[in-house]
Amino acid sequence: MPIISTKDILETINMISEENLDIRTITMGISLFDCVSDDTKRLCDNIYDKITSRAHDLVKVGEAIEKKYGIPVINKRVSVTPVSLIGGASDSDGYVKIAQALDRAADATGINFIGGFSALVQKGESRGAAALIDAIPEAISGTKRLCSSVNVASTKAGINMDAIAKMGKAIKELAYITRESDSIGCAKLVVFANAPEDNPFMAGAFHGAGEAECAINVGISGPGVVASAIKRAGSCDLSELAEVIKRTSFKITRVGQLALAEAAQMLGASRGIVDLSLAPTPAVGDSVAFILEEMGLESVGAHGTTACLYMLNDAVKKGGLMAAQNVGGLSGSFIPVSEDAGMIAAVERGALTLNKLEAMTAVCSVGLDMIAIPGDTDENVISGIIADEIAIGVANTKTTAVRVIPAHGKKVGDSVNFGGLLGRAPVMEVNGFSPEKFISRGGHIPAPIHSLKN
Amino acid sequence: MRAVISVTGKDSAGIVAKVSTKCAEYGVNIGDISQSVLDGYFVMIMIVDIDGLTVEFSKFVDIMSELGHKSGLVINTMHEQIFDSMHKI
Repeated sequence: MPIISTKDILETINMISEENLDIRTITMGISLFDCVSDDTKRLCDNIYDKITSRAHDLVKVGEAIEKKYGIPVINKRVSVTPVSLIGGASDSDGYVKIAQALDRAADATGINFIGGFSALVQKGESRGAAALIDAIPEAISGTKRLCSSVNVASTKAGINMDAIAKMGKAIKELAYITRESDSIGCAKLVVFANAPEDNPFMAGAFHGAGEAECAINVGISGPGVVASAIKRAGSCDLSELAEVIKRTSFKITRVGQLALAEAAQMLGASRGIVDLSLAPTPAVGDSVAFILEEMGLESVGAHGTTACLYMLNDAVKKGGLMAAQNVGGLSGSFIPVSEDAGMIAAVERGALTLNKLEAMTAVCSVGLDMIAIPGDTDENVISGIIADEIAIGVANTKTTAVRVIPAHGKKVGDSVNFGGLLGRAPVMEVNGFSPEKFISRGGHIPAPIHSLKN
Repeated sequence: MRAVISVTGKDSAGIVAKVSTKCAEYGVNIGDISQSVLDGYFVMIMIVDIDGLTVEFSKFVDIMSELGHKSGLVINTMHEQIFDSMHKI
Protein backbone atom coordinates (compact mmCIF):
# COMPACT_ATOMS: atom_id res chain seq x y z
CA MET A 1 0.00 0.00 0.00
CA PRO A 2 1.31 3.51 -0.82
CA ILE A 3 2.46 5.24 2.31
CA ILE A 4 1.65 8.76 3.44
CA SER A 5 4.93 10.14 4.76
CA THR A 6 5.40 10.29 8.51
CA LYS A 7 6.55 13.88 8.17
CA ASP A 8 3.27 14.88 6.51
CA ILE A 9 1.22 13.02 9.11
CA LEU A 10 3.03 14.70 11.97
CA GLU A 11 2.70 18.10 10.29
CA THR A 12 -1.08 17.73 10.07
CA ILE A 13 -1.40 16.49 13.64
CA ASN A 14 0.78 19.32 14.88
CA MET A 15 -1.28 21.92 12.98
CA ILE A 16 -4.41 20.70 14.75
CA SER A 17 -3.07 20.04 18.24
CA GLU A 18 -0.47 22.82 18.61
CA GLU A 19 -1.39 25.52 16.08
CA ASN A 20 -5.18 25.68 16.52
CA LEU A 21 -6.08 24.55 13.01
CA ASP A 22 -9.81 24.04 12.79
CA ILE A 23 -12.81 24.37 10.53
CA ARG A 24 -14.22 27.64 11.82
CA THR A 25 -17.71 27.15 10.50
CA ILE A 26 -19.92 24.89 8.44
CA THR A 27 -22.77 27.14 7.42
CA MET A 28 -25.90 25.86 5.74
CA GLY A 29 -27.53 28.40 3.46
CA ILE A 30 -31.28 27.84 3.20
CA SER A 31 -33.63 29.56 0.76
CA LEU A 32 -36.82 30.81 2.42
CA PHE A 33 -38.57 31.94 -0.76
CA ASP A 34 -41.10 29.12 -0.56
CA CYS A 35 -42.10 30.18 2.98
CA VAL A 36 -43.74 33.40 1.76
CA SER A 37 -47.23 34.13 3.05
CA ASP A 38 -49.31 37.28 3.53
CA ASP A 39 -50.16 36.05 7.03
CA THR A 40 -47.30 36.70 9.49
CA LYS A 41 -48.07 33.72 11.70
CA ARG A 42 -48.16 31.36 8.75
CA LEU A 43 -44.93 32.88 7.41
CA CYS A 44 -43.26 32.34 10.80
CA ASP A 45 -44.48 28.74 11.00
CA ASN A 46 -43.25 28.04 7.47
CA ILE A 47 -39.82 29.51 8.30
CA TYR A 48 -39.53 27.51 11.51
CA ASP A 49 -40.58 24.27 9.84
CA LYS A 50 -38.26 24.70 6.89
CA ILE A 51 -35.16 25.51 8.93
CA THR A 52 -35.74 22.81 11.53
CA SER A 53 -36.27 20.16 8.88
CA ARG A 54 -33.43 21.24 6.54
CA ALA A 55 -30.85 21.82 9.28
CA HIS A 56 -32.05 19.01 11.52
CA ASP A 57 -28.83 17.02 11.17
CA LEU A 58 -26.39 19.91 10.70
CA VAL A 59 -24.89 19.76 14.18
CA LYS A 60 -24.72 15.95 14.08
CA VAL A 61 -22.95 16.02 10.71
CA GLY A 62 -20.49 18.65 11.95
CA GLU A 63 -19.65 16.44 14.89
CA ALA A 64 -19.27 13.36 12.67
CA ILE A 65 -16.78 15.19 10.44
CA GLU A 66 -14.93 16.35 13.52
CA LYS A 67 -14.61 12.76 14.70
CA LYS A 68 -13.73 11.25 11.33
CA TYR A 69 -10.90 13.62 10.50
CA GLY A 70 -9.82 14.53 14.00
CA ILE A 71 -10.22 18.27 13.33
CA PRO A 72 -12.45 20.54 15.42
CA VAL A 73 -15.48 22.03 13.66
CA ILE A 74 -16.06 25.04 15.86
CA ASN A 75 -19.36 26.42 14.61
CA LYS A 76 -22.38 24.99 12.88
CA ARG A 77 -24.57 27.76 11.55
CA VAL A 78 -27.44 28.61 9.25
CA SER A 79 -27.86 31.53 6.89
CA VAL A 80 -31.18 32.32 5.24
CA THR A 81 -32.58 34.42 2.41
CA PRO A 82 -32.45 38.10 3.42
CA VAL A 83 -35.60 38.38 5.49
CA SER A 84 -36.66 41.68 3.89
CA LEU A 85 -37.12 39.75 0.61
CA ILE A 86 -39.61 37.29 2.07
CA GLY A 87 -41.42 39.37 4.69
CA GLY A 88 -42.55 42.11 2.33
CA ALA A 89 -46.13 42.31 3.64
CA SER A 90 -45.08 42.56 7.29
CA ASP A 91 -44.81 45.73 9.34
CA SER A 92 -42.02 46.18 11.85
CA ASP A 93 -43.91 44.21 14.54
CA GLY A 94 -44.24 41.40 12.01
CA TYR A 95 -40.49 41.47 11.43
CA VAL A 96 -39.88 41.15 15.17
CA LYS A 97 -42.07 38.02 15.13
CA ILE A 98 -40.09 36.63 12.18
CA ALA A 99 -36.89 37.29 14.15
CA GLN A 100 -38.26 35.29 17.06
CA ALA A 101 -39.24 32.42 14.76
CA LEU A 102 -35.69 32.33 13.35
CA ASP A 103 -34.24 32.33 16.86
CA ARG A 104 -36.53 29.49 17.94
CA ALA A 105 -35.46 27.48 14.89
CA ALA A 106 -31.80 28.10 15.74
CA ASP A 107 -32.42 26.95 19.28
CA ALA A 108 -34.24 23.81 18.15
CA THR A 109 -31.47 22.75 15.76
CA GLY A 110 -28.69 23.42 18.28
CA ILE A 111 -26.71 25.73 15.96
CA ASN A 112 -24.89 28.66 17.54
CA PHE A 113 -25.90 31.47 15.19
CA ILE A 114 -28.41 32.13 12.44
CA GLY A 115 -27.82 34.95 9.96
CA GLY A 116 -30.04 36.65 7.43
CA PHE A 117 -32.17 39.16 9.30
CA SER A 118 -30.98 41.36 6.50
CA ALA A 119 -31.97 44.07 4.08
CA LEU A 120 -30.36 45.14 0.80
CA VAL A 121 -30.84 48.88 0.41
CA GLN A 122 -27.84 49.97 -1.66
CA LYS A 123 -30.03 51.73 -4.22
CA GLY A 124 -33.04 52.52 -2.07
CA GLU A 125 -35.43 51.11 0.49
CA SER A 126 -38.43 48.96 -0.27
CA ARG A 127 -41.28 49.16 2.24
CA GLY A 128 -40.27 45.79 3.67
CA ALA A 129 -36.59 46.76 3.99
CA ALA A 130 -37.56 49.95 5.83
CA ALA A 131 -39.76 47.97 8.24
CA LEU A 132 -36.99 45.44 8.85
CA ILE A 133 -34.42 48.15 9.62
CA ASP A 134 -36.88 49.77 12.05
CA ALA A 135 -37.30 46.39 13.73
CA ILE A 136 -33.56 45.65 14.14
CA PRO A 137 -33.02 47.01 17.69
CA GLU A 138 -36.00 45.15 19.12
CA ALA A 139 -35.45 42.02 17.02
CA ILE A 140 -31.76 41.61 17.88
CA SER A 141 -32.04 42.57 21.54
CA GLY A 142 -34.94 40.15 21.98
CA THR A 143 -33.18 37.12 20.46
CA LYS A 144 -30.09 35.11 21.38
CA ARG A 145 -28.71 33.62 18.19
CA LEU A 146 -29.99 35.90 15.45
CA CYS A 147 -27.58 38.06 13.42
CA SER A 148 -28.50 40.99 11.23
CA SER A 149 -26.87 42.79 8.33
CA VAL A 150 -27.76 45.68 6.07
CA ASN A 151 -26.09 46.27 2.72
CA VAL A 152 -26.06 50.06 2.30
CA ALA A 153 -23.86 50.37 -0.77
CA SER A 154 -22.34 48.66 -3.76
CA THR A 155 -19.87 49.61 -6.45
CA LYS A 156 -22.66 49.23 -8.98
CA ALA A 157 -25.29 51.25 -7.09
CA GLY A 158 -23.32 53.79 -5.05
CA ILE A 159 -23.88 54.67 -1.40
CA ASN A 160 -27.29 55.06 0.23
CA MET A 161 -26.56 57.81 2.74
CA ASP A 162 -30.11 57.83 4.12
CA ALA A 163 -29.62 54.19 5.10
CA ILE A 164 -26.25 55.00 6.68
CA ALA A 165 -27.88 57.73 8.79
CA LYS A 166 -30.52 55.21 9.89
CA MET A 167 -27.90 52.60 10.78
CA GLY A 168 -26.04 55.08 13.00
CA LYS A 169 -29.27 55.50 14.96
CA ALA A 170 -30.06 51.77 15.01
CA ILE A 171 -26.59 50.91 16.37
CA LYS A 172 -26.92 53.48 19.16
CA GLU A 173 -30.38 52.23 20.06
CA LEU A 174 -29.28 48.60 20.09
CA ALA A 175 -26.30 49.52 22.30
CA TYR A 176 -28.66 51.20 24.75
CA ILE A 177 -31.22 48.37 24.85
CA THR A 178 -28.48 45.79 25.51
CA ARG A 179 -26.55 48.06 27.91
CA GLU A 180 -26.76 45.53 30.77
CA SER A 181 -24.58 43.12 28.79
CA ASP A 182 -21.94 45.56 27.50
CA SER A 183 -24.10 46.50 24.47
CA ILE A 184 -23.56 43.02 23.01
CA GLY A 185 -26.47 43.48 20.58
CA CYS A 186 -24.15 45.52 18.35
CA ALA A 187 -21.86 42.49 17.94
CA LYS A 188 -24.71 40.87 16.01
CA LEU A 189 -25.29 43.70 13.55
CA VAL A 190 -23.10 44.55 10.58
CA VAL A 191 -23.36 47.26 7.92
CA PHE A 192 -21.98 46.28 4.50
CA ALA A 193 -20.81 47.57 1.16
CA ASN A 194 -20.73 44.91 -1.58
CA ALA A 195 -22.01 42.21 0.78
CA PRO A 196 -21.20 38.70 -0.48
CA GLU A 197 -24.23 36.41 -0.91
CA ASP A 198 -22.47 33.21 0.17
CA ASN A 199 -20.60 34.36 3.26
CA PRO A 200 -20.44 31.63 5.93
CA PHE A 201 -19.21 33.96 8.70
CA MET A 202 -21.33 35.84 11.21
CA ALA A 203 -22.68 38.37 11.80
CA GLY A 204 -22.90 39.07 8.07
CA ALA A 205 -23.99 35.71 6.67
CA PHE A 206 -27.10 35.55 4.52
CA HIS A 207 -28.20 33.26 1.69
CA GLY A 208 -28.42 35.46 -1.39
CA ALA A 209 -31.30 35.55 -3.85
CA GLY A 210 -29.25 33.84 -6.57
CA GLU A 211 -28.10 30.96 -4.38
CA ALA A 212 -29.19 27.31 -4.54
CA GLU A 213 -32.13 25.94 -2.55
CA CYS A 214 -29.75 24.70 0.14
CA ALA A 215 -25.97 24.97 0.07
CA ILE A 216 -23.07 24.27 2.39
CA ASN A 217 -20.44 26.98 2.74
CA VAL A 218 -17.34 26.49 4.84
CA GLY A 219 -15.12 28.99 6.60
CA ILE A 220 -11.58 27.82 7.24
CA SER A 221 -9.25 29.10 9.86
CA GLY A 222 -5.62 28.77 10.82
CA PRO A 223 -3.86 32.02 11.77
CA GLY A 224 -1.73 29.96 14.18
CA VAL A 225 -0.61 27.64 11.39
CA VAL A 226 0.43 30.56 9.17
CA ALA A 227 2.26 32.31 12.04
CA SER A 228 4.20 29.10 12.86
CA ALA A 229 5.13 28.56 9.20
CA ILE A 230 6.47 32.13 9.00
CA LYS A 231 8.44 31.58 12.20
CA ARG A 232 9.98 28.39 10.83
CA ALA A 233 10.91 30.19 7.59
CA GLY A 234 13.32 32.36 9.60
CA SER A 235 14.87 35.48 8.12
CA CYS A 236 14.04 34.84 4.44
CA ASP A 237 13.06 37.70 2.15
CA LEU A 238 9.46 38.63 1.42
CA SER A 239 9.19 36.80 -1.93
CA GLU A 240 10.10 33.57 -0.18
CA LEU A 241 7.76 34.41 2.68
CA ALA A 242 4.88 34.86 0.23
CA GLU A 243 5.59 31.32 -1.04
CA VAL A 244 5.54 29.94 2.52
CA ILE A 245 2.15 31.57 3.16
CA LYS A 246 0.73 30.32 -0.15
CA ARG A 247 1.79 26.74 0.55
CA THR A 248 0.32 26.86 4.06
CA SER A 249 -2.92 28.39 2.82
CA PHE A 250 -3.24 25.63 0.22
CA LYS A 251 -3.04 22.95 2.91
CA ILE A 252 -5.52 24.66 5.21
CA THR A 253 -7.98 25.22 2.39
CA ARG A 254 -7.84 21.58 1.25
CA VAL A 255 -9.12 20.57 4.67
CA GLY A 256 -11.97 23.08 4.28
CA GLN A 257 -12.81 21.65 0.86
CA LEU A 258 -12.82 18.12 2.28
CA ALA A 259 -15.21 19.12 5.06
CA LEU A 260 -17.43 20.97 2.59
CA ALA A 261 -17.75 18.03 0.20
CA GLU A 262 -18.46 15.61 3.03
CA ALA A 263 -21.02 17.86 4.75
CA ALA A 264 -22.85 18.63 1.49
CA GLN A 265 -23.07 14.95 0.64
CA MET A 266 -24.25 13.89 4.11
CA LEU A 267 -26.84 16.68 4.28
CA GLY A 268 -28.09 16.36 0.70
CA ALA A 269 -27.19 19.99 -0.01
CA SER A 270 -25.36 21.71 -2.88
CA ARG A 271 -21.64 22.29 -2.58
CA GLY A 272 -21.23 25.98 -1.94
CA ILE A 273 -17.96 27.81 -1.41
CA VAL A 274 -14.90 27.72 0.77
CA ASP A 275 -14.25 31.12 2.32
CA LEU A 276 -10.50 31.67 2.41
CA SER A 277 -10.54 34.03 5.35
CA LEU A 278 -7.99 33.74 8.11
CA ALA A 279 -10.32 34.05 11.09
CA PRO A 280 -8.72 34.66 14.48
CA THR A 281 -10.10 33.77 17.90
CA PRO A 282 -9.23 35.31 21.25
CA ALA A 283 -7.07 32.23 22.03
CA VAL A 284 -3.36 32.97 22.24
CA GLY A 285 -1.72 31.54 19.11
CA ASP A 286 -4.81 32.05 16.95
CA SER A 287 -4.23 35.65 16.03
CA VAL A 288 -3.84 37.51 12.71
CA ALA A 289 -1.98 40.27 14.58
CA PHE A 290 0.68 37.75 15.65
CA ILE A 291 1.20 36.79 11.98
CA LEU A 292 1.88 40.42 11.09
CA GLU A 293 4.25 40.71 14.03
CA GLU A 294 5.97 37.46 13.01
CA MET A 295 6.50 39.07 9.60
CA GLY A 296 8.65 41.67 11.32
CA LEU A 297 6.56 44.37 13.00
CA GLU A 298 7.32 45.32 16.60
CA SER A 299 3.59 45.65 17.08
CA VAL A 300 0.62 45.50 14.77
CA GLY A 301 -0.35 49.13 14.11
CA ALA A 302 3.24 50.17 13.40
CA HIS A 303 3.99 51.80 10.04
CA GLY A 304 4.33 48.88 7.65
CA THR A 305 1.25 47.10 8.99
CA THR A 306 -0.88 47.79 5.92
CA ALA A 307 1.85 46.46 3.61
CA CYS A 308 2.25 43.29 5.68
CA LEU A 309 -1.50 42.73 5.71
CA TYR A 310 -1.73 43.30 1.97
CA MET A 311 0.92 40.67 1.33
CA LEU A 312 -0.62 38.19 3.76
CA ASN A 313 -4.10 38.62 2.31
CA ASP A 314 -2.91 38.22 -1.26
CA ALA A 315 -0.79 35.13 -0.54
CA VAL A 316 -3.59 33.44 1.42
CA LYS A 317 -5.94 33.89 -1.55
CA LYS A 318 -3.43 32.69 -4.14
CA GLY A 319 -2.64 29.57 -2.14
CA GLY A 320 -6.24 28.83 -1.26
CA LEU A 321 -7.67 29.40 -4.72
CA MET A 322 -6.13 26.25 -6.16
CA ALA A 323 -7.21 24.13 -3.21
CA ALA A 324 -10.93 24.79 -3.36
CA GLN A 325 -13.53 23.90 -5.96
CA ASN A 326 -15.33 27.22 -5.52
CA VAL A 327 -14.06 30.17 -3.56
CA GLY A 328 -16.37 32.84 -2.22
CA GLY A 329 -17.64 34.66 0.82
CA LEU A 330 -15.33 37.27 2.26
CA SER A 331 -12.04 35.49 1.48
CA GLY A 332 -9.43 37.67 3.11
CA SER A 333 -7.87 38.14 6.49
CA PHE A 334 -10.17 39.23 9.28
CA ILE A 335 -8.94 41.94 11.60
CA PRO A 336 -11.53 42.10 14.39
CA VAL A 337 -10.20 43.71 17.53
CA SER A 338 -12.09 41.87 20.28
CA GLU A 339 -11.66 38.44 18.69
CA ASP A 340 -7.87 38.65 18.32
CA ALA A 341 -5.50 38.58 21.31
CA GLY A 342 -2.77 40.37 19.35
CA MET A 343 -5.07 43.20 18.23
CA ILE A 344 -6.31 43.71 21.79
CA ALA A 345 -2.73 43.88 23.08
CA ALA A 346 -1.76 46.36 20.34
CA VAL A 347 -4.68 48.67 21.21
CA GLU A 348 -3.78 48.49 24.89
CA ARG A 349 -0.15 49.37 24.29
CA GLY A 350 -1.24 52.36 22.19
CA ALA A 351 0.13 50.97 18.92
CA LEU A 352 -3.14 50.44 17.08
CA THR A 353 -5.70 53.17 16.45
CA LEU A 354 -9.04 53.35 14.68
CA ASN A 355 -7.41 55.33 11.86
CA LYS A 356 -4.82 52.62 11.26
CA LEU A 357 -7.50 49.94 11.32
CA GLU A 358 -9.42 51.88 8.67
CA ALA A 359 -6.33 51.99 6.46
CA MET A 360 -5.83 48.24 6.94
CA THR A 361 -9.35 47.53 5.73
CA ALA A 362 -8.42 48.89 2.31
CA VAL A 363 -6.30 45.79 1.69
CA CYS A 364 -8.15 42.97 3.43
CA SER A 365 -11.67 41.69 3.82
CA VAL A 366 -14.43 42.70 6.18
CA GLY A 367 -13.68 46.12 7.63
CA LEU A 368 -13.91 47.78 11.01
CA ASP A 369 -14.87 44.74 12.98
CA MET A 370 -15.72 44.23 16.65
CA ILE A 371 -14.44 47.60 17.75
CA ALA A 372 -15.72 49.09 20.99
CA ILE A 373 -16.06 52.88 21.00
CA PRO A 374 -17.19 55.21 23.79
CA GLY A 375 -20.88 54.88 24.71
CA ASP A 376 -21.47 58.61 24.27
CA THR A 377 -20.31 58.62 20.64
CA ASP A 378 -22.84 60.65 18.65
CA GLU A 379 -24.96 58.71 16.14
CA ASN A 380 -23.76 61.03 13.37
CA VAL A 381 -20.17 60.15 14.20
CA ILE A 382 -21.08 56.45 13.93
CA SER A 383 -22.71 57.16 10.56
CA GLY A 384 -19.52 59.02 9.56
CA ILE A 385 -17.40 55.97 10.52
CA ILE A 386 -19.73 53.79 8.43
CA ALA A 387 -19.67 56.19 5.46
CA ASP A 388 -15.84 56.27 5.38
CA GLU A 389 -15.54 52.50 5.56
CA ILE A 390 -18.24 51.91 2.98
CA ALA A 391 -16.59 54.42 0.60
CA ILE A 392 -13.38 52.34 0.75
CA GLY A 393 -15.34 49.27 -0.33
CA VAL A 394 -17.30 51.01 -3.09
CA ALA A 395 -14.26 52.73 -4.59
CA ASN A 396 -12.14 49.56 -4.48
CA THR A 397 -14.85 47.14 -5.71
CA LYS A 398 -14.54 45.04 -2.58
CA THR A 399 -16.51 44.14 0.49
CA THR A 400 -16.17 46.35 3.52
CA ALA A 401 -18.25 46.42 6.65
CA VAL A 402 -18.65 48.05 10.02
CA ARG A 403 -19.42 46.29 13.28
CA VAL A 404 -18.78 48.82 16.05
CA ILE A 405 -20.04 48.71 19.60
CA PRO A 406 -20.75 52.08 21.24
CA ALA A 407 -20.53 50.48 24.68
CA HIS A 408 -23.11 52.21 26.85
CA GLY A 409 -21.62 54.01 29.85
CA LYS A 410 -18.03 53.15 28.86
CA LYS A 411 -15.22 55.48 27.94
CA VAL A 412 -11.70 55.20 26.50
CA GLY A 413 -9.63 53.05 28.86
CA ASP A 414 -12.56 50.82 29.85
CA SER A 415 -13.17 47.52 28.17
CA VAL A 416 -16.13 45.32 27.33
CA ASN A 417 -16.20 41.57 27.69
CA PHE A 418 -18.51 39.49 25.52
CA GLY A 419 -16.98 36.12 26.33
CA GLY A 420 -16.46 33.15 24.03
CA LEU A 421 -15.46 33.73 20.42
CA LEU A 422 -16.62 37.36 20.57
CA GLY A 423 -13.86 38.10 23.08
CA ARG A 424 -12.96 41.32 24.90
CA ALA A 425 -12.59 44.81 23.47
CA PRO A 426 -10.77 47.83 24.88
CA VAL A 427 -12.81 50.99 24.21
CA MET A 428 -11.03 52.93 21.46
CA GLU A 429 -10.79 56.65 20.90
CA VAL A 430 -12.96 58.18 18.20
CA ASN A 431 -12.44 61.53 16.44
CA GLY A 432 -15.18 63.62 18.06
CA PHE A 433 -15.45 66.36 15.42
CA SER A 434 -18.93 66.24 13.97
CA PRO A 435 -19.93 65.12 10.46
CA GLU A 436 -23.57 65.92 11.33
CA LYS A 437 -24.18 68.38 8.50
CA PHE A 438 -22.77 65.95 5.93
CA ILE A 439 -24.81 63.01 7.24
CA SER A 440 -28.04 65.04 7.51
CA ARG A 441 -27.84 66.02 3.84
CA GLY A 442 -29.03 62.49 3.09
CA GLY A 443 -29.46 61.23 -0.46
CA HIS A 444 -27.18 59.05 -2.49
CA ILE A 445 -23.48 59.14 -3.33
CA PRO A 446 -23.35 58.09 -7.00
CA ALA A 447 -21.60 54.92 -8.14
CA PRO A 448 -17.97 55.33 -9.20
CA ILE A 449 -17.05 55.69 -12.87
CA HIS A 450 -15.39 52.24 -12.89
CA SER A 451 -18.76 50.62 -12.13
CA LEU A 452 -19.69 51.26 -15.78
CA LYS A 453 -18.03 48.20 -17.21
CA ASN A 454 -20.63 47.06 -19.72
CA MET B 1 -10.41 2.63 3.44
CA ARG B 2 -7.51 3.46 5.66
CA ALA B 3 -6.93 5.46 8.80
CA VAL B 4 -3.89 6.80 10.59
CA ILE B 5 -3.35 6.07 14.26
CA SER B 6 -0.80 8.26 15.97
CA VAL B 7 0.48 7.36 19.42
CA THR B 8 2.65 9.72 21.47
CA GLY B 9 3.75 9.81 25.10
CA LYS B 10 6.31 8.60 27.61
CA ASP B 11 7.98 5.36 26.53
CA SER B 12 7.18 2.17 28.41
CA ALA B 13 7.12 -1.58 27.75
CA GLY B 14 4.27 -2.98 25.69
CA ILE B 15 2.84 0.09 23.95
CA VAL B 16 2.93 -1.49 20.48
CA ALA B 17 1.36 -4.65 21.89
CA LYS B 18 -1.46 -2.78 23.60
CA VAL B 19 -2.36 -0.73 20.53
CA SER B 20 -2.11 -3.58 18.05
CA THR B 21 -4.13 -5.92 20.28
CA LYS B 22 -6.92 -3.35 20.38
CA CYS B 23 -6.77 -2.99 16.59
CA ALA B 24 -7.08 -6.76 16.15
CA GLU B 25 -9.99 -6.89 18.58
CA TYR B 26 -12.00 -4.56 16.31
CA GLY B 27 -11.00 -6.05 12.95
CA VAL B 28 -8.47 -3.36 12.08
CA ASN B 29 -5.57 -4.61 9.99
CA ILE B 30 -2.19 -2.92 10.40
CA GLY B 31 -0.54 -2.02 7.08
CA ASP B 32 2.45 -0.03 8.19
CA ILE B 33 4.11 0.95 11.44
CA SER B 34 6.80 3.55 11.95
CA GLN B 35 7.97 3.98 15.48
CA SER B 36 10.78 5.78 17.29
CA VAL B 37 11.84 6.77 20.78
CA LEU B 38 13.63 10.04 21.33
CA ASP B 39 14.82 11.02 24.84
CA GLY B 40 12.28 8.65 26.38
CA TYR B 41 9.46 10.08 24.24
CA PHE B 42 7.56 7.49 22.22
CA VAL B 43 6.14 8.31 18.78
CA MET B 44 4.33 5.77 16.62
CA ILE B 45 2.39 6.18 13.40
CA MET B 46 0.30 3.26 12.20
CA ILE B 47 -1.48 3.13 8.87
CA VAL B 48 -4.36 0.71 9.17
CA ASP B 49 -7.02 -0.82 6.97
CA ILE B 50 -10.50 -0.17 8.39
CA ASP B 51 -12.60 -2.10 5.87
CA GLY B 52 -13.10 -4.91 8.37
CA LEU B 53 -13.91 -2.62 11.30
CA THR B 54 -16.55 -4.24 13.50
CA VAL B 55 -17.83 -0.98 15.04
CA GLU B 56 -18.62 2.52 13.70
CA PHE B 57 -15.44 4.47 12.89
CA SER B 58 -16.37 7.22 15.35
CA LYS B 59 -16.75 4.60 18.09
CA PHE B 60 -13.31 3.17 17.26
CA VAL B 61 -11.85 6.70 17.51
CA ASP B 62 -13.24 6.90 21.07
CA ILE B 63 -12.03 3.42 21.99
CA MET B 64 -8.46 4.21 20.93
CA SER B 65 -8.56 7.59 22.64
CA GLU B 66 -9.76 5.89 25.83
CA LEU B 67 -6.94 3.34 25.59
CA GLY B 68 -4.55 6.30 25.37
CA HIS B 69 -6.01 7.90 28.51
CA LYS B 70 -5.65 4.67 30.46
CA SER B 71 -2.06 4.16 29.32
CA GLY B 72 -0.85 7.75 29.77
CA LEU B 73 -0.55 8.23 26.00
CA VAL B 74 -2.21 10.40 23.40
CA ILE B 75 -3.80 8.27 20.69
CA ASN B 76 -5.42 10.01 17.72
CA THR B 77 -7.23 8.09 15.02
CA MET B 78 -7.97 10.01 11.83
CA HIS B 79 -9.31 9.01 8.43
CA GLU B 80 -6.48 9.06 5.89
CA GLN B 81 -8.39 11.40 3.56
CA ILE B 82 -7.41 14.44 5.62
CA PHE B 83 -3.72 13.69 5.01
CA ASP B 84 -4.25 12.97 1.33
CA SER B 85 -6.23 16.18 0.88
CA MET B 86 -3.65 18.29 2.61
CA HIS B 87 -0.45 16.84 1.19
CA LYS B 88 -1.28 15.48 -2.27
CA ILE B 89 -2.49 17.38 -5.30
